Amino acid sequence: MIYLDNAATTKMKDSVVEAMKPYFTEIFGNASSTYTSAGQAARKALIQSRETVARCIGAQPSELFFTSGGSEADNWAIKGVALRNKNKGNHIITTTVEHHAVLHTCEFLEKQGFRVTYVPVDEYGMVNPDDIAKEITEETVLVSVMFANNEIGTINPIAKIGKLCREKGVYFHTDAVQATGAVPIDVNELNIDLLSMSAHKFHGPKGVGALYIRKGVKIENLIHGGAQESGRRATTENVAGVVGMAQALKEACDNMQEKTQKLVYLRDKLIDSILETIPYTRLNGHREERLPNNTSFCFRYIEGESLLLSLDMMGYVVSSGSACTSGSLDPSHVLLGIGLPHEIAHGSMRVSLSEFTTEEEIDSFIKAVGPIVQRLRDMSPLYEGVGKE
Amino acid sequence: MYSDKVMDHFSNPRNVGEIADANAVGTVGNAKCGDIMKIYMKIEDDVVKDVKFKTFGCGAAVATSSMATELVKGKTVEEALQLTNKAVVEALEGLPPAKIHCSVLAEEAIKAAIQDYYDKSGIDKKVECSGNCAHCHNHE
Repeated sequence: MIYLDNAATTKMKDSVVEAMKPYFTEIFGNASSTYTSAGQAARKALIQSRETVARCIGAQPSELFFTSGGSEADNWAIKGVALRNKNKGNHIITTTVEHHAVLHTCEFLEKQGFRVTYVPVDEYGMVNPDDIAKEITEETVLVSVMFANNEIGTINPIAKIGKLCREKGVYFHTDAVQATGAVPIDVNELNIDLLSMSAHKFHGPKGVGALYIRKGVKIENLIHGGAQESGRRATTENVAGVVGMAQALKEACDNMQEKTQKLVYLRDKLIDSILETIPYTRLNGHREERLPNNTSFCFRYIEGESLLLSLDMMGYVVSSGSACTSGSLDPSHVLLGIGLPHEIAHGSMRVSLSEFTTEEEIDSFIKAVGPIVQRLRDMSPLYEGVGKE
Repeated sequence: MYSDKVMDHFSNPRNVGEIADANAVGTVGNAKCGDIMKIYMKIEDDVVKDVKFKTFGCGAAVATSSMATELVKGKTVEEALQLTNKAVVEALEGLPPAKIHCSVLAEEAIKAAIQDYYDKSGIDKKVECSGNCAHCHNHE
């Protein structure tokens, strides 16, 4: 199997598994049972992991709160800020191409009486900071803009948005689930107040993530109960998961530049080859301002799910934003959000790399895609007569 | 998620292509919704002598087209008109709930082709369509 769906999830590194192992069997104590030696050993690992993860984004350990994943972090950031700052205002600004963890949370808040502005993006999926600025009113309590898009890989001008939010005194949350461990992030330089991340996107375990909350940000709790996470998030600490996350993020951030260079080389080779060899194909997302591991294409006259199935049968794992993979009649809101007509958006394919991806795999994939696309086109009534005029 | 039968008909679809001298052609679905089926038939002496299809769509759309053509090949026109989406689903050993509409589309495509045959042959008959023409998959 050649796995090219790393934006969906990644393989855990052996070193991450090894780091976690002792915390399942030997050091299994409850990290909140601080008066027992078993608990203390677990607590020590928790403290160290928090320091490691915080350091990777330029935060203080006291500003880093572990969660069950990226979706919980998004829910907490948005609901928590909205509920806690109701006396200031009830307006939230986000974009049309966010992950559903953000969009559906905002829709939920709309039902509770909050007002949400969904700012559109340009043809590359990038939000214009000016469009955010002009929507900010006295009532605005939060701006939530994803760091990088999970489908098309476009990286937003986070520094500019962070700066303008700071100037206007509005909290800025960014869903950095795809960006953490992939691009350098410094929450202070970028003026980020809240940031969501998820371990399984950078070769860590599933079921663990984190929310960075800048010191002083007024936010309500989401999970009520015990006093874990400084009383901000109840639930017995997932020590093994947190240890794995810290190990994975540390490794992702080590030699990031070197790994990025290799990824960008493979990414660009893939993009150039596909666009050169397969006609009626477009690249989705920005050509340069994109995640080092993301490529996304639309092939005209064919449908994405049948492409994905065909590739899967040959051992290549990718994903598609077609309606048929989403279970609805509409293709991905991101592809529609960048202005693609339905019939083109249906023919999408996302190929996402990891540091384990080799040039041989990319070469083999490039060779495989063309004939499959052609086979599906030959079967498609939309392709009849195309290029034969 | 798909049955082995669906995967078989998706990866080795039966009767793909066009019929140059077809006397019955039906197209249903639209590109906006992500699936279009075009059925070609050669009808002689009231029998579906040959049938081919072209489909733009997901795995289930291809598999249901393939199965539908298999089920009507060699049948009389009356028999072909009896084809239901349920029969297509059963022959494929089931479809995920979200894909049932593909089987409806396949049934409609067969019926649209036969209507075309009636129209072209001057036969004054209207094929009864069980499909819901108000929904996304309007006949074009």
